[in-house]
Amino acid sequence: MRSEANRYPQEAARLLRETPQVRDSVTGATSSFDGKRRQAYAEVEAEVWRRWAEGVKNHTLMSLDRYLLQAEANLKKNGVEVHWAEDAEEARRILAGIARKAGVRRVVKAKTMVAEELGINPMLEGMGIEVLETDLGEYIIQLLNQPPSHIVGPAIHLNLEQIQTLFHERFQTPIDAPPEHLAAVARRLLRDGFLGADMGISGGNFVVAETGTLALMENEGNIRLSTSLPRLHVALVGIEKVLPRWSDLAVFLSLTARAATGQRLGTFVSLIQGPRREDEPEGPEEVHVIFVDNGRTSLLADLEAWETLRCVRCAACLNACPVYRQTGGHPYGYVYSGPIGSVLAPGLLGLEETKPLPYASSLCGACFQACPVRIPIPKLLLTWRRRAVGEGLVSGVEAAAVKGYAWAATRPWAYRLASKLLRLLPEKALESPVLPLLRAWTEGRAGLRPSPRSFQEMWEAKEV
Amino acid sequence: MRVALFITCLADQFFAEAGVAAVRLLRHLGCTVTFPKGQTCCGQPAYNAGYWAEARQMAEYTLKLLEESEYVVLPSGSCTTMLRAFYPELFRERSRLFSRAEALAQRTFELAEFIVKVLGVTQLGRGLEGRRVAYHHGCHALRELGIRQEPLTLLRNAGAEVADWPAAEECCGFGGLFSVKLPEVSLSMADQKLRTLPAVDFLTSADGGCMLHLAGRMQNRGLALPVRPLASVLWEAVG
Repeated sequence: MRSEANRYPQEAARLLRETPQVRDSVTGATSSFDGKRRQAYAEVEAEVWRRWAEGVKNHTLMSLDRYLLQAEANLKKNGVEVHWAEDAEEARRILAGIARKAGVRRVVKAKTMVAEELGINPMLEGMGIEVLETDLGEYIIQLLNQPPSHIVGPAIHLNLEQIQTLFHERFQTPIDAPPEHLAAVARRLLRDGFLGADMGISGGNFVVAETGTLALMENEGNIRLSTSLPRLHVALVGIEKVLPRWSDLAVFLSLTARAATGQRLGTFVSLIQGPRREDEPEGPEEVHVIFVDNGRTSLLADLEAWETLRCVRCAACLNACPVYRQTGGHPYGYVYSGPIGSVLAPGLLGLEETKPLPYASSLCGACFQACPVRIPIPKLLLTWRRRAVGEGLVSGVEAAAVKGYAWAATRPWAYRLASKLLRLLPEKALESPVLPLLRAWTEGRAGLRPSPRSFQEMWEAKEV
Repeated sequence: MRVALFITCLADQFFAEAGVAAVRLLRHLGCTVTFPKGQTCCGQPAYNAGYWAEARQMAEYTLKLLEESEYVVLPSGSCTTMLRAFYPELFRERSRLFSRAEALAQRTFELAEFIVKVLGVTQLGRGLEGRRVAYHHGCHALRELGIRQEPLTLLRNAGAEVADWPAAEECCGFGGLFSVKLPEVSLSMADQKLRTLPAVDFLTSADGGCMLHLAGRMQNRGLALPVRPLASVLWEAVG
């Protein structure tokens, strides 16, 4: 998937101007998630858990080649077919091959962000395959033909009224149908989808190397159905999702649930150990895992940015982020939005295509405090900003202004002169958008008014 | 105790009275206050915007200026963070400067933090009796340095009622150049933060940037609430 990230500033401004209700929907939902996350952290020694999880992830990433091969061997032992995709194009080709060979006509999808990253739906639809999203939020945005605006809650930007209207128009439900009623309607439609599908596509929260287990967590049961009812199950899994030991899983499942939704554990946890065995009545005939690189190996080799790969996609950083909260995920122009998206996007797609994103933060640090694997997001944002400056990807006016500022700030006489000039300006000058640099400030804020005399002047006049 | 005041450029230009208050307060608490000559800006705007070469120039300049001081005290949370947490970061690959930055970090404090932690004073007076105030936590002081209780303790012990503000610890949307690079988002954040502001006599904070942003926004929207630098309020606390 190509990104529209370079339009972030314009899109964020447009969204705030044209659809301000998004802010209320997103704020309501993320504040609730974030509050629950805090409570769930407070129940355990979250600091210890987070440091431990950080350590396990670091260790795994340092020996990723070894653990991936171990995972492959054990997945195969369990009867799973393993594929490797270096980029999105290869992942799509592999998936298309599996679908063609099995004569797949209908696909059900469990919520998976990596499928969005890889552009799976358009590819399948191009092959004439019917694709049905089965996560309720994903289903809603599929009906609206919108991308997800949140990693965990893809329809977080919509309010109840909008969903009521959508269902009223599509399925003739009463315009004021309560949420339970809407969910029941969707459930009925989705059930038919599950029963008629030949292939289920999922992501993967974790793959345990030592046992060859694919672990999936969810709250709706649609992942369980998508991965067990159709005769084929294909899991798309980023290579960073591997965990060394079975015992690691116990903590990661709980920590991720706590971080994402404040639950102690997801309502459903599926631990998939391969296709249906001879003595089993149910389950798919074939299970495939496609391990996806798509930029991750180069990010791993990036000494200043590799920590991004610890991410477990819980969206705790989105929920904690006051910048994300204003607009939701759409203006970020990429499947992963919010704080983690702002460091993942340049890491996976390159800075040129994503240059406003590292600036989509006030560096308040709330993301780092929420992150279950302690990804130093503010530090990583700064790293990308520093690179943007180094690579000349910033505006010339800004660069010149900062250079001029630094020049004056290392020369006391220049600083004093500037301080004097600030006070010689006609009072209105600082309150009107005459000076170009002040325009963005004064549109929406009262003008700046300096103290009658600077502190330095008062000190030197011995008035202090 | 000898204390060097680092006024910070925003306080110097826009909150000079906070500097005066900080000096009086520190003297009142028995400190000898010096004001090393030639102070400018700590370099944080350049650092945050990714201009590390320029930030290093400013950091090196300020480092030299404050070399002789026993303690450095700032009436600003985010500039304290710059000196204490980010200067060493800037010089990670230059060992001499790194150790000088580390040494400076050890003796640098935000004003309220210095009073409580170094001077061991938690009771300034009862000068804020009957005042109801809202405290805005600057993000850097709060999350990078862990300064949370110190200002609140000093305010409460002086008789002020610190109003319960659900968004007290939330970012106000200033963020340095963020406020002019993404002004719509920045203003939206301010509005959201202000939405839950309870009725108070005034708003106070240790961060000049946040105060200019919040006060400017309130004024623009016709909300007439005084916004006062923490240093001035603490001087008033002495009574």
